Order: sequence, then C-alpha cells, then structure tokens
Amino acid sequence: MMSAAPDHTPTFARLTLSDRLGRAAPYLLVPVLVVLGFLAIGAPTSWLTLTVSGLAMGMMIFIMASGLTLVFGLMDIINFGHGAFISLGAFVGVSVLFALPGWTDAASLPLNIAAILLAILAAMVLTGALSWVFERVIIRPVYGSHLKQILITVGALIVLEEAINVIWGGEEIFLIRPSELRGAITFAGAALEKYRILAVVLGLAIFFALRVVLRRTKIGLIVRAGVENPDMVEALGYRLKLVFIGVFIAGSALAGLGGVMWALYEQVITAGMGENMMVLIFIVVIIGGLGSVEGAFVGALLVGLLQNYVAFLEPKLALISNIALMTAILLWRPEGMMRVAKGH
Amino acid sequence: MGLRLLSGDAHRSGILSLLLIVVFLGLALAPFLFPGVRALHTAATICVFILLVASYDLLLGYSGIVSFAHTMFFGLGAYGVALASIHMGRGWDALLVGTLSGALAATVLAYVIGLFSLRVRAIFFAMITLAVASAVAVLVSQLFQLTGGEDGLTYQIPRELTPAFRFGEVFGTNLNGRLLNYYLVFFACLALFLLLLRLVNSPFGRVLQSIRENDFRAEAIGYRVVHYRTAATCMSAAIAALAGSLYAIWLRYVGPDTTLSFEIMIDVLLMVVIGGMGTMYGAVIGATIFVLAQNYLQNLMGVAAEATANLPLIPDLIDPNRWLMWLGILFVLSVYFFPSGIVGRLRAGR
Repeated sequence: MMSAAPDHTPTFARLTLSDRLGRAAPYLLVPVLVVLGFLAIGAPTSWLTLTVSGLAMGMMIFIMASGLTLVFGLMDIINFGHGAFISLGAFVGVSVLFALPGWTDAASLPLNIAAILLAILAAMVLTGALSWVFERVIIRPVYGSHLKQILITVGALIVLEEAINVIWGGEEIFLIRPSELRGAITFAGAALEKYRILAVVLGLAIFFALRVVLRRTKIGLIVRAGVENPDMVEALGYRLKLVFIGVFIAGSALAGLGGVMWALYEQVITAGMGENMMVLIFIVVIIGGLGSVEGAFVGALLVGLLQNYVAFLEPKLALISNIALMTAILLWRPEGMMRVAKGH
Repeated sequence: MGLRLLSGDAHRSGILSLLLIVVFLGLALAPFLFPGVRALHTAATICVFILLVASYDLLLGYSGIVSFAHTMFFGLGAYGVALASIHMGRGWDALLVGTLSGALAATVLAYVIGLFSLRVRAIFFAMITLAVASAVAVLVSQLFQLTGGEDGLTYQIPRELTPAFRFGEVFGTNLNGRLLNYYLVFFACLALFLLLLRLVNSPFGRVLQSIRENDFRAEAIGYRVVHYRTAATCMSAAIAALAGSLYAIWLRYVGPDTTLSFEIMIDVLLMVVIGGMGTMYGAVIGATIFVLAQNYLQNLMGVAAEATANLPLIPDLIDPNRWLMWLGILFVLSVYFFPSGIVGRLRAGR
C-alpha cells in the first residue's frame, strides 16, 4: 500500500516588518546621515553646500567603484589595476580638453558640455580598449587564484602608472574647468558649485542607467544570475566568459569616465591619482558588499557625505572618518551592507 | 647541529646552500670585507630587509594572505624608537621602550584589522590593509608636530652605537660604535630570522600551510582557520615592527620615505616573489639581490641614460625615475613564469 504524497502546497509568507527594515536599512542610512549632518552643522546654507559636494563626490566614487564590484561579483576577480584605468581616463580626457580650447573657453554651456562629453567618450573608448587587452594578458592566466590576481594586478597598476609618466611626463598637470562650469550658483542662500551639480546629475543618470540594464534587460538578467550562481548559468548554455569580458570592459570604461570627472573636480591630475582613489573605492566596495551595485551606490554616498561633513566639523578627523565608517558597518554587517547571495 | 639551528629546514640544493653561505659570511664580515660607509649601510639595509621580507613571507608565502600594511608595521617600530628617543632622551632604556611599544602597537593593530577582515573573507584583508595603511601614512604626514611630517625625525642614540665611540683597530679597520651598531642589527636580525624559521617549521607553521592550500579542509579537520590566520598576522606584524626598530636604530632617522611609503611595500612584495614565496630562504636571496640592485644598479641606469641621451625614447625608458616601471614589469613576469622564485627554481632543478 503506497502512502499519499506529502503535501507540497507552498506557503507565501509576507515579509515581516523587521525583514523589510533590514533590507531598506542601507538606503535609509543616507537620509539619516544627511539629517545628522544637518543637526551637527546647524547652519542650513553650509549644510546644503556640503551635502551637494558630498553627493557629487559620492557619485563620482560610485562610478569608479561600480565596475570593480561587478567584476568581482561575476567572476570572483579582484582587480587592483582598476586604479590605472582611472588615471588613464583622466589623462586622456584632459588631453582632449586641452586640444579643444575653442570649445572649453567659449561662453556657451552646450559647447562646454559637448567638450566634456567628447573627453569622456575618448577616455571611455581608450580605457575600454586597453582593458580588453588587460583582461587577455594580465587577468586571463590567473583566474581562480586571488593571491596571484592581487600580485599581478598590483604589478600591472605600477607599470601602467609609470607608462603614463613616460607618455605625459612625470609632472602633475593643472587644468581649469570649461568657462560656464566655473564658479557657483546661489540657491537658498547656499553657494553650490556648478560642476558639482553636473557631477550629481551625471552620477544619478549612470546609476539609473546601470540599474535599468541590470534589472530590465536580458543581458542584465544573465549578469545578475551569473553573480549568484555562475555554474548554473553556464549549464543553461550562456557563455559567461564572454559576458564577463563585456562587463570588465564596461567597468573599466566607467573607471575612465570617473577619472575624467574626478580630474575636473580636483582640477589637477597625477599618474598616482587612481591608486589614491582605489583606497576610497575599496572602502566603498567592502561596506556595500562585494558584488552589489546598489551597495556600492549607497556606500559611495555615505563615504562622500561623511567625508565632507567631517572635514567641515573637524578637519583632522576627515582622514580617519572613512576607516571609522567601514569599521562601524563591518561590525553591523560583516559582509557589507548588501550581501550578495552566492548560490555555491 | 647546523640543521637543528635551521629547524630542520634543509636547503635541498647545493647552489642554494652555497648562496646562503656566501650571503651569511658576506654580511657577518661586511665591516672587514667591504670598507666604506656606503657599503656598511648597504649591508645593514640588507639585514633589516631580510628580516622584514621574511616576516612578510610568513604572511604571504606560508598563510596565503596578502597584506599592504606591512610597511605600516615596519614604520610603527621605527617611529616607536624615534619618539621614545626624543621624548625620553638619549639612552638604552629609550631604545628598549620604543622597540617594545612599537611591536606592541603593531600587534594590537594587526589583531584589530585581522578581526574585522579575516573572519569574513581573507580577500577583505588585502583591501582593508591598503585602506588603513594609506590612512596611517596620511596621518603621519598630517600630525607633523608629533611625527615631523614629511621631513621625518632625527634623534640621538646611545653614544656606544655612534661613530664617535672608538675602541681600537683591527686589520686596518677602525673599531667604532658604528661597528657595534652594525653587529647589533646583524645579530638581532639573525636571531629573529632563525625564530621565524623555527615558527614555520613547527606544527603551527604546518597548519598555516594547510590553510593556505585549502582553508575549507583545514577547518573541517578541526583547526580554527580564523585564529591561525590572525595569529600569523600578529606575529608577522610584531616582527616587522622589530625590523623597523632596528632600522631606526641604524639610520638615526625616520621618515615616511624610509619606513612607510607604498614604494617600500612594493619593494618588499617584489623581494618575496623574486626570492621565492613560502621558503623563508627566498627572503635572504630576494632581499640581498634587490637591495644590491637598488643601491648600485640604479646609478648604472643613470649613467646609461646619460650615455644614450641623443637617442629617442631609450633615455626615457632607462632613466632612474623609471626604476619603478621596470620593477613592475619584473614583478608581473616573475609571478607568471617564476611563481616559485629563485629558491623554488633551485630546489626543483636539483
């Protein structure tokens, strides 16, 4: 006599409030930090100025960090050479801007922005192309070994930085922003630098574009599935290696984009700038959760805002504020704010 | 007896034994074999870097953990001696207090960093150490009232260790305090190196190696991987700090360029990789070759760049400022084609 099959009716439990809060908590941290900043600073105009510059800085860091976190999530590859693409992007972009004095000095906003977009395009194309070679030559032979990846990509970072020094000369290069993006506008009594507003707009545009690609397109679906369970995606017949190379190139091109924007933000570039940025980028990627684009976004905003607030309140502490933030977040969630579920 | 001293870690290669004996004798008799201030300085630098690189090898080669904060620990020891010598006045007690507090600070800091990063993923460690080390480097240059900033600190060490203290002459070599100072560095480095050798050939060292090969399996056998990794990190940091203290005693100066900079970190990485990861003896070979090359080859590059000044591109490429680029290329190539380093090659080629 056979027994009846066990009951398999699935139950769909609603997420409990604490689950929902747990998921939303990282996003809530940003407004919480902004409010805390307001309370600590007191003066609304200074607070607004600092908030905008914090957001601008965060957006730029996010642009540079997004590629790194995706590459790690997808292929478990850690690329210290990412910083070299930032420097390279900055140098290429600045060279393009220097080559277009007619566009950058003209008192016309569309022409100025066109020059910047052209610089960004050149930087992205070049860093993207170089990253394709980089993946082939540097990374391909060391798949699967974190130790060797770190060693090799650090070596490559040094070589590329020095190559930049050979090509552009070892000196730092100063630049000024295109004429219509200099100076600040006054909004509600607070001085907001025009370029920072542009950086926020551009950063938001890229974040939402990335989100749409990752959430709404088929290729995004494959990428996200690949992050969670690469073996299964390959078993379903997708050539994840190709997808990965695409993501690697796109991520490096974004690093180049970030490099151009950072160059215009700091108004000075050195071959070592990418290496210095890597410190912030690693903090962002770690607190966001390795592999999570949203996590990197929230992490970058937190880092940018906190650094600006603290630099205003207590300049000496600004240096260690990021380390303190990282420590606090890792105490709260040891794997970063948004842990990426790994299916293996 | 000889093998006991080396903790049973035989060289397993005739050429390697020969090289090590040459390096040992060369360093032991350096003041008599290679007269001159510069040669003695090079020899002392080699001693310190052998120890520093060996302590890094404990981490990278034996535990499979990549750290970018090793120069930070090195610097902690150096600044410990410098600050103690300045604030406590010239004396042996200042050297002792500075050395011990530097080593203690390094151990505690390594423990805290290890707690945060190693318990989740070993790969966090590389990134977090990079972040912390760069923050400390910036902090040191910002707190210039305390640390002297970019200029660094000069201080006085006990008179017995300075050239002013003379006590005789042997084979035409002046016996002075500088010689005593050199032998202090030499014997301290030798003792600590033998201690490291003892450590990696102990059961503890074997567990580290098993974790490096397969951490999952090591955990399954019943070893607490996190504890072992953290312990290795702390020991490595403490010995790096001791190396820093010795370097500070030798130089009578500390500054970001000599102890903290990222360039030194790269140098150390390269020495480990060239010498051979996970061999300890690789540290001896790697550090010796590298420091010699740095002290003498870099000059040669300058001469060559001047000689070829009329040619296109070549002088740019062999300019001494491009030293770092060649190091990077050498580094990438050796990780690819030479992952076991010189020592590994010699042992395999037996």
